[in-house]
Amino acid sequence: MIAIRINGQSLQVAAGTTVAAAVMTVQPGFRRSVTGEIRGPLCGMGICMECRVTLNGHPHERSCQTLCAPGMEVATDA
Amino acid sequence: MPSTLVIGGGPAGLAAAWAAVQAGDQVTLLDDNPALGGQIWRGAIPKAYHRFLDPRITVRTGVQIHSATQIPTADRLILATGTRERFLPFPGWTLPHVLGAGGLQAMVKSGLPIAGKRVVITGTGPLLLAVGAYLRKRGAKVVLIAEQAPFARIAQFTRELWREPAKLIQAAQLGWGLRYRADAWPIRADAGSVTIQGHGKIPCDYVACGFGLVANTELPALLGCAIDAGQVVTDSKQRTTIPHIYWAGAGSVDRSILEGQIAGFDLERARPLYPARDRALRFDRRIDQAFRLRSELSSLATPDTIVCRCEDVPFGAVWQQRDWRSAKLQTRCGMGPCQGRICGPALEHLCGWPAGSVRPPIFPTRLENLLDERR
Ligand SMILES: Cc1cc2nc3c(=O)[nH]c(=O)nc-3n(C[C@H](O)[C@H](O)[C@H](O)COP(=O)(O)OP(=O)(O)OC[C@H]3O[C@@H](n4cnc5c(N)ncnc54)[C@H](O)[C@@H]3O)c2cc1C
Ligand code: FES
Repeated sequence: MIAIRINGQSLQVAAGTTVAAAVMTVQPGFRRSVTGEIRGPLCGMGICMECRVTLNGHPHERSCQTLCAPGMEVATDA
Repeated sequence: MPSTLVIGGGPAGLAAAWAAVQAGDQVTLLDDNPALGGQIWRGAIPKAYHRFLDPRITVRTGVQIHSATQIPTADRLILATGTRERFLPFPGWTLPHVLGAGGLQAMVKSGLPIAGKRVVITGTGPLLLAVGAYLRKRGAKVVLIAEQAPFARIAQFTRELWREPAKLIQAAQLGWGLRYRADAWPIRADAGSVTIQGHGKIPCDYVACGFGLVANTELPALLGCAIDAGQVVTDSKQRTTIPHIYWAGAGSVDRSILEGQIAGFDLERARPLYPARDRALRFDRRIDQAFRLRSELSSLATPDTIVCRCEDVPFGAVWQQRDWRSAKLQTRCGMGPCQGRICGPALEHLCGWPAGSVRPPIFPTRLENLLDERR
């Protein structure tokens, strides 16, 4: 198991889990759209950009294309 | 040793890389996913194809090619960038419980627990059935698979499948026990439910929707390869209209693998595969025909339904525009970070604007220039 933190909350996930799958287990929303709607992943394959989160301080990372790594800090806007 | 660069590590790209190694080339394979295997295999490449993972291939995953200037130099370039799902906007499709059909499958394959969740799958194509069977196997309650195509068309297609018994058996196995209904499509989604034409409002945890697949033609378009009706134009050897650039894949797995091999092999080894590839191509065309989008789907979006999810542009702002160009300039539709990859194929159906006019990444450079640089 890998330990990560999502908005400060600890979460254990199996190796091979993407950040998007991890976030979806705790909350539906990933980001706010330009008009403030709550959005989550759509395509699951790196194309729609709806799954963007802040990863270890880097904003706008596509969580569906990123595997969870030990100690990762994930922050969402929604 | 001649060098070949393959972009895309799905079935087509893997087959192409392997075949190019057999042809004596030095091969590099790039893919933007964390693991090889493309959309269908996603890291779990079936045993039958493990031979494609030849140790002589230099593999780099997690790298995305954004513009031509990023393409490393090679004597030959094989593009195998695959497909994505087409989404059609309907009221509520931007809610977080609405995902792509392949999108939800990808999430589950990459660690999302789905056991006990109620899922409604809707849209069109054989992918809906494959996703339904997969999610059920992982413990989801697949409440309904709502297929937009008319019952008569699907029945006709199924009758023709007798000529392809293996495919018929596969479909029957996938579909066994699933509630699959034709002439059904999403009308709207609300938090915790979806309303399906002919089936009313259905409570669910997830809506998985997809309206067919579109080829990722951005990179070939950017390199100047001719594109016709959403498909890259190729000759029988999978050569595009630009010298030294090949295109393979974006069809069924069988066809994609054949096209990859044909692109990678030398002419002598490629030629015997042409008839099988042509047969697979004809079969794929029959699928496209059977699952073509019905006209009712163009009126799902209301004026305030968002079409461009990046810039939150409602359909009402876009539909009276002349074309893509003016939609972009006047409304910023398609100008966000996905660069029109989601709204482009949608508007192609809704407004009849040809796709492929999607904004290419900046500063295209010809491959010849890159090759010159190396010399
Ligand atoms: C979710 C989904 C499920 C499917 N299931 C089935 C099925 O069950 N049976 C079937 O016959 N067909 C299925 N298909 C159709 C599918 O497209 C083909 O079967 C097959 O995957 C096509 O292989 P490919 O190699 O052409 O493309 P893909 O498998 O799509 O692979 C293309 C690869 O290229 C990468 N790529 C794209 N652009 C770039 C870039 N610019 N830089 C770097 N890398 C890039 C992509 O990330 C991807 O890994 C499915 C398609 C999808 C989308
Ligand atoms: S879900 Fe579409 S880019 Fe990640």
